[in-house]
Amino acid sequence: MKADLQNNKDFLAGLLMIGVASIAFYMALDYPFGSALRMGPGYFPRVLAGILMTFGLYVMIRGIKSGEKVGGAWGWKALAFITVAFVVFGWLMDRIGMIPSLVVMFFLAAFAGHQFKWIEVTILTVIMTAFAWGVFIWGLGLPYRLFWWDY
Amino acid sequence: MEIFSNLILGFQVALSLQNLAYCFLGVMVGTAIGVLPGIGPLVTIAMLLPITFNLAPVPAMIMLAGIYYGSQYGGSTTSILMNLPGETASVVTCIDGYQMAKQGRAGPALAIAAIGSFFAGCVGTLLIALFGPPLAEAALKFGAPEYFALMLMALVAAACLSSGDMVKALAMVIFGLLIGIVGTDVNSGMARFSFGISELTDGMGFTVIAVGLFAVSEIVKNLETTVQGEIFTSKIKNLMPTWADLKASFAPIMRGTAIGSFFGALPGTGPAISAFSAYMVEKKMAKDPSRFGKGAIEGVASPESANNAASQTSFIPTLTLGIPGSGVMALMLGALTIQGIAPGPQVMSAKPDLFWGLIASMWIGNLLLVVLNLPLVGMWVQLLKVPYRWLFPSIIMFCAVGNYSINNSPMDLYLVAIMGIVGYILMKLECPPAPLILGFVLGPLMEENLRRALLISRGDPTVFFTRPISLTFMLLSAFVLIIMIVPQMRKKKEEAIHEGGGG
Repeated sequence: MKADLQNNKDFLAGLLMIGVASIAFYMALDYPFGSALRMGPGYFPRVLAGILMTFGLYVMIRGIKSGEKVGGAWGWKALAFITVAFVVFGWLMDRIGMIPSLVVMFFLAAFAGHQFKWIEVTILTVIMTAFAWGVFIWGLGLPYRLFWWDY
Repeated sequence: MEIFSNLILGFQVALSLQNLAYCFLGVMVGTAIGVLPGIGPLVTIAMLLPITFNLAPVPAMIMLAGIYYGSQYGGSTTSILMNLPGETASVVTCIDGYQMAKQGRAGPALAIAAIGSFFAGCVGTLLIALFGPPLAEAALKFGAPEYFALMLMALVAAACLSSGDMVKALAMVIFGLLIGIVGTDVNSGMARFSFGISELTDGMGFTVIAVGLFAVSEIVKNLETTVQGEIFTSKIKNLMPTWADLKASFAPIMRGTAIGSFFGALPGTGPAISAFSAYMVEKKMAKDPSRFGKGAIEGVASPESANNAASQTSFIPTLTLGIPGSGVMALMLGALTIQGIAPGPQVMSAKPDLFWGLIASMWIGNLLLVVLNLPLVGMWVQLLKVPYRWLFPSIIMFCAVGNYSINNSPMDLYLVAIMGIVGYILMKLECPPAPLILGFVLGPLMEENLRRALLISRGDPTVFFTRPISLTFMLLSAFVLIIMIVPQMRKKKEEAIHEGGGG
């Protein structure tokens, strides 16, 4: 039974809700609660966290009872490449300019797919980078530095 | 008649060269992206939202609205030609539309879908013009208790009436409300849930959530499986429907429009439910229901009219009350907020050019869809041949640059990554993201109105039940909750009885 919980859809959903609610409640303890008449900044968050906790418990128990599994495989690899692409782009943008950042990001994102063809991705990168330049720099007039030597 | 002078003002705004160009651009981009497999209206709008931030409010909203119904239109094209619904609203269109295409009648199917959509769009636009002003006027008289009760009702209804798990949807509303709290509290000046990150004291960026929840999770989901969609390419020979087709579709278009207009204005019941209901009604009313599923033109005409009518009338609560009823409308409302316009009943009087211009542009946009897209259908079909492995890095790139461009801050991109992970996990656990974004959009307003309401009543919570309008909203919320719970309980009871009887 216990091994099943790892892939139990509702159990995990409930766990997530309880987790979020607990963090929110714990953090909101630092904010004054006030009273219904003069609500402090901690009032609304704590009430919400309490409700979310209840929902979480309900969903979790329901999951244990039904034992329904998460549908399909988890796409961790794709998720990892895509999120890393966002982070790396953000980090590079202020450091080496827009064009190289876009190139790095495009390659990283493309690795999330099933096939990776170097030539294809290279050509696409060139086209899409030019397109992004056209839309954001030329079209919308955003003042970004294009390369590191522009700094 | 005031409505005519208002509409004339609207057309003056919408027909200016600049706005017309943005309407055209929005419709074209929307259709193009809507046709592409695996990208629905939500992803399209989430991706392009940051770009419109750099435009003035009126063209930005006009373009976004164009993208919305353009992408919906694109979705029905792929449903008919390829049995590939771009989004849930066009799932029904697949049933008979694809069968028609297989029988070599793709042309009439597309044409009827376009004609029905256009008719529904006209009616929808007219309904907004008719019902918008009185609703906004009534809402202007609302006090804090009424507003709080209204928002509560909208959120409860949106969570309960949307397809899927009600408890999870309600939980997602709360999650969204909690994310909405992130930032500086307006009353005390206290930074809440900011995790010590200075950027978060301004609140969580709206586009960050939209891209993370909708775009990233959708892409990762599409990359989970290796199966490639089979492309059914048929030559579209004859676009013109026959006289018999038109006659057979007339009544279904009317009924679809009526059903869609009604459901569109309600919170939670958007285009998808409208299309399903319209299809069911046609099937029930047909003399020979067995034709359905085998290429009945009514099965295309009615749901297509319904989903378009619904996507128009869903603007009514969004624009007049500032209460969005669906994920897409929450994005629209978010776009307004990003533009520095506080959504609510005052928009119509304070920004008549925006309100009426947007409405007029919707009508023009619908006209553009019919006039331009039917002849261009061949071109759109070509887009289907673009492989997904080319598409998704391009979408990600656009999302990234777009999000960066709002605050010029790398932090927004780190937050997109986090929201992307959250969004993907939520999706896998079948927790719907649309209620979350609704909660997020309404959260700050809800807290503010709750606070004010209880201040007026000196802390007495019965204030929500003693004022008639507020009481009505509260009772409606309770009513929706109860009717959604009771059948479940009944079903469970039956199951229990069955088990008991069998064992």
